[in-house]
Amino acid sequence: MTARTLLVAAIALALSSIGHSQEGDLAGYAAFEPRLFFDKPAYQQNPKQGISASAVISPEFRYTWSEDSNRITVIPFYRYDEDDKNRTHWDLREANWQYFDGPWTWLVGVGKVFWGVAESRHLVDIVNQTDLVEDIDQEEKLGQPMIHVEHWSESGSLGIFLLPGFRERTFPANDARLRGPLPIANNDAVYDSGAGDQRVDAALRWKTSINNWDIGLSGFYGTGREPRFVPGVNTAGELILTPHYDVISQLGVDAQYTEDAWLWKLEVIGRSGQGDDFGAVVAGVEYTFFDVQGSNADLGVLAEYLYDARDETAPPTSLDDDIFLGLRFTLNDLDDTNILAGAIVDPDDGETVTLIEAQRRLGERWTLELELRMLSNIPDQGRLYGIEKDSYLTLRGSWYF
Amino acid sequence: MKRFAWIFASTFIIFPISVTAENTMQLTPEASGLAIAQEASRRNEGYGDTTVKLVMELRSADGRTRERVLTWKTLEAAQPGEGDKSLTIFHEPRDIAGTGFLSHTHVSGEDDQWLYLPSLKRVKRIASSNKSGSFVGSEFSYEDLLSDEVEKFTYRWLRDEPCGAWECFVVERVPVYDNSGYRRQVIWIDRAEYRIQKTEFYNLDDNLEKTLAFGEYRQYLDQFWRAHVLLMESIQTGKSTQLVFDTYDFKTGLTEQDFSPDTLKRIR
Repeated sequence: MTARTLLVAAIALALSSIGHSQEGDLAGYAAFEPRLFFDKPAYQQNPKQGISASAVISPEFRYTWSEDSNRITVIPFYRYDEDDKNRTHWDLREANWQYFDGPWTWLVGVGKVFWGVAESRHLVDIVNQTDLVEDIDQEEKLGQPMIHVEHWSESGSLGIFLLPGFRERTFPANDARLRGPLPIANNDAVYDSGAGDQRVDAALRWKTSINNWDIGLSGFYGTGREPRFVPGVNTAGELILTPHYDVISQLGVDAQYTEDAWLWKLEVIGRSGQGDDFGAVVAGVEYTFFDVQGSNADLGVLAEYLYDARDETAPPTSLDDDIFLGLRFTLNDLDDTNILAGAIVDPDDGETVTLIEAQRRLGERWTLELELRMLSNIPDQGRLYGIEKDSYLTLRGSWYF
Repeated sequence: MKRFAWIFASTFIIFPISVTAENTMQLTPEASGLAIAQEASRRNEGYGDTTVKLVMELRSADGRTRERVLTWKTLEAAQPGEGDKSLTIFHEPRDIAGTGFLSHTHVSGEDDQWLYLPSLKRVKRIASSNKSGSFVGSEFSYEDLLSDEVEKFTYRWLRDEPCGAWECFVVERVPVYDNSGYRRQVIWIDRAEYRIQKTEFYNLDDNLEKTLAFGEYRQYLDQFWRAHVLLMESIQTGKSTQLVFDTYDFKTGLTEQDFSPDTLKRIR
């Protein structure tokens, strides 16, 4: 079952049941987004330094009927980037039919889900592939074909996912910024599964909120979303890295305990299928000072510890033993100004990734965002070696319709 | 939106018809105040659930304005001793369209609050101790919008006096929950229908900080009164926030499931 047949089936099914009380809605945004790279490119293939322009449009169509028990959602996404042909891409973020029947929720088509509680790394969140060319923070995701059935009860909700059709992670083009020292063979991914990218993966999710606790358990069996990279030589005789996607099993736990102004957060996974079995954890805390100095503004302080026990045979991560410290400043003003500043630091070698995000609204329909991604103290043997010259500042002006 | 719940709840603050000026005189001021609050609460019992759309207009001291458009849903507690639940869904500004704010009020102990961020499909439990913080940049703090459970305050009847077109009870109430930004509030409740007509909020230094006026009351189902215009004015800063409500829908069959953090992703 391919993603396309799934989508067509979903739309046909949905259209066949359209009755009264329909309601349509068109929304979405368009954005202009220059990026400024501070340093000279590390590689000769990189076209230039300085400002690189890009633009995005992502309309959102929604159509509901039968007293809101049926809904079709279609959210295409297109980005043009003047300097990275891989970042110039389009995607269906969502294209699905949802059916709400009492405690049952059905979703058929391309969808998006989020699992987890931590801020610096989303360990348990595995359903959607990372759209890495969008942002190195890995928070942007590609749409995933799925059949998702969920049952709600007061004691918790249980969801089952069938995931036909694998989405490859996106990587910068070989002549673009943020590429590593070796080019990546973008169109030649190798799969552990004999079904290649047509394997049907499966996932299970249980979630509940009891008193001060929010707890989630998850299981995944299928092609892992993180590739490992196998060096080789292409037909032109160049050294390249080929993404290998393994079949993995993963169990995850995410939990948050909320009391007073404290949020205690924990994400843990255990994974097999990529070399030796390994575990990883993110554990942290968020404390918020409300109404600082009577100013109406809130200041949140975040601290998380990240540990990952994977060995060299698993996909690489720079977050093996790191500390995240962050500040979230919310002005609570007319224009919803907020600033998030954080750094992930490796205490062993001082490797530091600094992220600053500032946002405010301009009038009713525009927002202005500034995003800084700073790579510093990158050691020669570090995972981030190769993109250390690619610190950048993004300015994004978005118009919502 | 427990935050919202209180506004709404307070709009039904009503009194037992039997509580007249004469027999309040025979009680202590504290007992009279409590009796008034209890009757107001009693008159709103049985509303079941409500859904209403509203426009929130924020006005700065120099006259700049911003609008938020939202839908507010409430579910009455199934049993005494439990608190009401509320869900606020933002429609405008467009960049936060689909954002949901869910609140479970508890008669005693901390409330529970969750935020739903539709672009990330993420549900986040958030701290509920920010009672005195501004709700989405407005002059309403979270506690101003709290479900108006009688047990959250102690009361004292001050006097009866005319207020606008009505004859009103004037009652002082003192928050007993943690993290309040107020030392006390003074409320004017009309004796005819036990509706709050006005509230004065006194900060922890006992200075008058804000006033809230309730207008355009309409009665639903021959019982439940709801104000359709609320104006909160900050005495200290000159800023104000006005809420203008559409027509309420009562008893549309909302259930616990509609107020669960696990079903927030149904919003969009």
